Amino acid sequence: MKLLVCVSKTPETTTKIQLTSDGTEIDTTGVQYIMNPYDEWYALVRALELKEAAGGTVTILNVGPADNDPVIRKGLAIGADDAVRIDVTEEKDSLFTARQIAEFARGKDFDLILFGKETISYNGSEVGAMVAEFLDLPYVGDAIGLEVEGTQATVTRDIEGGDEVIEVQTPIALSAAKGMAEQRIPNMRGIMMAKRKPLEVVQAVDFPDTTRVASYQKPAEKGSVKLIEPDNMDELVRLLHEEAKVI
Amino acid sequence: MVLVYAEATNGEFKKVAHEVIVYGKQTADVLGTECHALVLGDAPGAEGLGKYGAAKVHRISSPHLEGFDAAVYTVAITEAAKQLGATVIVVPHNSTGKNITGRLAARLEAGSVAGANAVPMMKDGYFTVTKPVFSGKAFADVQVLTDVKVISLAGNSIPVTEAGGDAPVVELSVEPPAPKTKVINHQVATGRTPLPEAELVVSGGRGLKGPENWAVIEDLADALGATTACSRPVADSDWRPHHEHVGQTGVAIRPNLYIAAGISGAIQHLAGVNNSKTIVVINKDPDAPFFKAADYGVVGDLFDVLPRLTEAVKKYKGQ
Ligand SMILES: Cc1cc2nc3c(=O)[nH]c(=O)nc-3n(C[C@H](O)[C@H](O)[C@H](O)COP(=O)(O)OP(=O)(O)OC[C@H]3O[C@@H](n4cnc5c(N)ncnc54)[C@H](O)[C@@H]3O)c2cc1C
Ligand SMILES: Nc1ncnc2c1ncn2[C@@H]1O[C@H](COP(=O)(O)O)[C@@H](O)[C@H]1O
Repeated sequence: MKLLVCVSKTPETTTKIQLTSDGTEIDTTGVQYIMNPYDEWYALVRALELKEAAGGTVTILNVGPADNDPVIRKGLAIGADDAVRIDVTEEKDSLFTARQIAEFARGKDFDLILFGKETISYNGSEVGAMVAEFLDLPYVGDAIGLEVEGTQATVTRDIEGGDEVIEVQTPIALSAAKGMAEQRIPNMRGIMMAKRKPLEVVQAVDFPDTTRVASYQKPAEKGSVKLIEPDNMDELVRLLHEEAKVI
Repeated sequence: MVLVYAEATNGEFKKVAHEVIVYGKQTADVLGTECHALVLGDAPGAEGLGKYGAAKVHRISSPHLEGFDAAVYTVAITEAAKQLGATVIVVPHNSTGKNITGRLAARLEAGSVAGANAVPMMKDGYFTVTKPVFSGKAFADVQVLTDVKVISLAGNSIPVTEAGGDAPVVELSVEPPAPKTKVINHQVATGRTPLPEAELVVSGGRGLKGPENWAVIEDLADALGATTACSRPVADSDWRPHHEHVGQTGVAIRPNLYIAAGISGAIQHLAGVNNSKTIVVINKDPDAPFFKAADYGVVGDLFDVLPRLTEAVKKYKGQ
């Protein structure tokens, strides 16, 4: 089986998001980056499990600048066979990213292209569906289960209040959500081996920007909390009804 | 024209459909145009979508639309948009929307904003849409640079109001292709409103000590008619199902009321819930970080406070 896992880079989850003084950009001073958790914990690990069971290769792919290489190497340390970075000087919007991934994957006969459910930075849940459309592949978003036998894939996806099981013939694209696999921590041997695994850098194709972030805002600060005595829950209910108007 | 995909769940239009139409109508007002709704497959009562602001309802009927297939739905929506000359397409940012927003944008080579939470505005000459980023730690104002624009609307972002009357329903002739995927099982738990759509949420953390203690959460949720949620370690320890996990790496929610009991308020937890309208925190530690993000707080033992709150809610509801 030939598997492609698309991984992105996001600020570490404890990062407090700060804006530049004019509010047009995120202030990245001191921000630590990690591999997007959905890509690392679920998409990559499930791909490795499938490869371990049926043989094949797992390639990881990132569209980004050279600064992303440590994040990509982590994917190699966890167990991917090789990696590709499509070189751009700065990260662009989802459609641009998807076009790069699609142009790379076109004609390379990947059986499965795996994505994370969403990046925890831009929370779009879009790139996977876009790549699928560019390549005319079936796509299943928010997958929590994936079994493959020959060319038959059985995918379970999360839906509001339940789940849905889908049968489809590979090649397919899908995005992985929690439940798909268990996080793997790279060991020393994996980290050493990762240094020698190939990381190919590929030129980006031209594609225009279709969106642009003009500015950012921070959510309004909460006023100070109103404390209610534990033995006065009638008062809390009254406040929720009369003041907050939520019940 | 603004074209809104009005999703029918099991043949019924629910809050998500009403929300996108109200949003589509407000978007149309900003642009000085009309809002039309698109219905895929058979659903009775489509004319009623007019009440939320659809001037007209278009319907595509095809056996290929029976099970959900993202590629098929995408063709249906893009063909409708082309025939009708739509410049803005709105879909909900739910499990259906997450499968199609990106496909629509790619097929139309259109700029898209996924998970918008505010009505678009014309700002500095650009069509600009605001959406939460970094799981709610910030908001981005996104300019869409293409003639055709695709927006998916985050749930619970705008209030639903009824205004007009019924709208005419017309058949649209579009022939979507046969699906390549086959839905072999579709399971939805009845009872509580699914978490992403819930207006009231009661959530428990590690302070509950174990799954056997969840009755205090369930009882309060039952009294309120709320949905239950939990922190990540609770789902990771299998005390509760994964789909209840809220936060930066779980479900991001924006209910009217979020009640958190025995949850410390770690930054990753807050990221997924801090857009809730009102937050109530119950924690025995007065220094728990969650109190800083709360509107109302109760410092006390949750095993004592929750049953009292449940009683108070029942008393209020009984009135
Ligand atoms: C990459 C990453 C992603 C993460 N994503 C998420 C996420 O999406 N969602 C999430 O929730 N977490 C996430 N976390 C975990 C997060 O950092 C915290 O560890 C977690 O939220 C803590 O859960 P908790 O508040 O239930 O438990 P704890 O932090 O253990 O807090 C328990 C609280 O209960 C209180 N308590 C105990 N007993 C009682 C009692 N009898 N009555 C009242 N109060 C009581 C305590 O005072 C304490 O404040 C993530 C972590 C990482 C590293
Ligand atoms: N720059 C990127 N390079 C490679 N894959 C990406 C990139 N951005 C997003 N992805 C993939 O697309 C998924 C969805 O991203 P998004 O649409 O931004 O929520 C991520 O979980 C990744 O798998």
